Amino acid sequence: MIYREAGQFKTSYAADQQLFPIRQDRIGVILLLVVAFLIVPAVAGEYWFSAILIPFLIFSLAALGLNILTGYAGQLSLGSAAFMAVGAYAAYNFQLRIEGIPILVSFACAGLTAAGVGILFGLPSLWIKGFYLAVATLAAQFFIVWCLTKFPWFSNYSSSGVISAQKVVILGHEFASPREKYLLVLTLVAVMALAAKNMVRSSTGRAWMAVRDMDVAAEVIGIRLMPTKLLAFAVSSFYCGVAGALYAFCYLGSVEPDGFSLDMSFRILFMIIIGGAGSILGSFLGAAFILLLPIFLDIALPRMAGLLGLPFSNATVSHIQILLFGTLIMFFLIVEPHGLARLWQIGKEKLRLWPFPH
Amino acid sequence: MSKKIGDVILDLQNISLRFGGVKALTDISFDVREHEIRAIIGPNGAGKSSMLNVINGVYQPQEGVIIFRGQERKKMEPHHAATQGIARTFQNIALFKGMSVLDNIMTGRITRMKASFVEHALWLGRARREELEHRKKVEEVIDFLEIQHIRRTPVGRLPYGLQKRVELGRALAAEPSMLLLDEPMAGMNVEEKQDMCRFILDVNDQFGTTIVLIEHDMGVVMDISDRVVVLDYGKKIGDGLPDDVKNNPDVITAYLGVSH
Repeated sequence: MIYREAGQFKTSYAADQQLFPIRQDRIGVILLLVVAFLIVPAVAGEYWFSAILIPFLIFSLAALGLNILTGYAGQLSLGSAAFMAVGAYAAYNFQLRIEGIPILVSFACAGLTAAGVGILFGLPSLWIKGFYLAVATLAAQFFIVWCLTKFPWFSNYSSSGVISAQKVVILGHEFASPREKYLLVLTLVAVMALAAKNMVRSSTGRAWMAVRDMDVAAEVIGIRLMPTKLLAFAVSSFYCGVAGALYAFCYLGSVEPDGFSLDMSFRILFMIIIGGAGSILGSFLGAAFILLLPIFLDIALPRMAGLLGLPFSNATVSHIQILLFGTLIMFFLIVEPHGLARLWQIGKEKLRLWPFPH
Repeated sequence: MSKKIGDVILDLQNISLRFGGVKALTDISFDVREHEIRAIIGPNGAGKSSMLNVINGVYQPQEGVIIFRGQERKKMEPHHAATQGIARTFQNIALFKGMSVLDNIMTGRITRMKASFVEHALWLGRARREELEHRKKVEEVIDFLEIQHIRRTPVGRLPYGLQKRVELGRALAAEPSMLLLDEPMAGMNVEEKQDMCRFILDVNDQFGTTIVLIEHDMGVVMDISDRVVVLDYGKKIGDGLPDDVKNNPDVITAYLGVSH
């Protein structure tokens, strides 16, 4: 009833091609932004910011980056965490070595550095596809982490490659509290998500999807495969690089190369598989699912056990948590292999017709 | 015949194409005139699709000369064909399955869109303007092919006949001067074939597009094409007006076999 387009007529292509053509969607997005920017900062506590919201946003950004490469351009990658590491270490070094460089500029430069490295490791995609390419990007994962550990220059000769991020100061104001850092991360993520949405709804995104779906036909239409694929690698790595910089500067504070492990790359890959490959919204849903569900189960399970009077030890509860998490992943993949974003879309389509079946 | 057939725009001379030891095409020469409908026919494996792939640069022939619009073609890659105004459809539909009909056809205009990815990301003036201008053109193609009702449908969900039509739309969106159609009517029922014939004739008639067509349905070929070239085992065995080709003894042998 509420989600109806009836009566919303488009009289120009401009109106039809706007970001959210359906009025209810527009209202929903505005409400979401109001909640995220105004209400959450007013009510949420420190724990919420630093343990839940900030990592959620940062991983959403990384998942968004991988989604551009894998979901839209169809190039499988297992190196997202390594590109985040490049971003983190690059931002650190720009801050360290260039006197007075604004933090946002060094974040952008970190993204560009990651983009350059991404292009380099994207070169194999011109000759190999699918799983073979994934193995080639695995090389990026191991090589970059090895490089950052092996050459102490990257970490300014600190022991075991650990770097401590500098203070985040913008226009003389220091972003020290979790609330301020949350607002900074939120702003960057929102802007970059909007930019990603714009790219994928225009001819850049269509070229990526064409290469993903049928590369021979794409070439015959006039899409040049090499620049298109390398652009996807560059943009994707840029997003991962900025996410890495934020990970170091706004979330953990100090990071080491081994923190950006293959395990983390896989987690980001799972986010887009669960959330929905080829969907901006899916990146956020996937990050929420993979990051927040374990936290939720952590809190909810002991309480439920206590409530039901079950004699569970802490170890049992954490085992149940892992079991439940795995089961839920399988459940969602069976119910909707195209991810939570597709589930959301189907829900909206049903809602348009409700209460009638079709 | 009322329509005006112009000069030769594509001249293929002594084309030979080999894959290792397999000779796909041997010493084939024929030409295509502007505004005509040129059919390539022949039994399975005769080399018809290879011929189209040579024309739009997917395959490089080992021998032979290709002259397109008076210029001898040097080494070329498939995307060059698109910029020279050659569009094509495929025998096995090669649409972008994950995209909507609208996006598929919009992709057909990609060589005409000049905005960079940065402009797209920031949705600056040129990026936005281009999207609107090209959308208008694409809607004309959609109207022409009578597929307004499925604009937003992902092409993977469409029935076969409509997918073929969308693929024609994607090729037309590029406003090509030459259109290569690889079995546009394969697997269609009579009604769908009639529709497709009408669209091909209309394209040829209204836009003056030169059409090179591979088709197995002899009724269709004889009906709509101006000239026909016949291939068999990679060699040319006949070339000329439909009626001449029909009565050519070599062609009859290739299609019906020979009595011993």
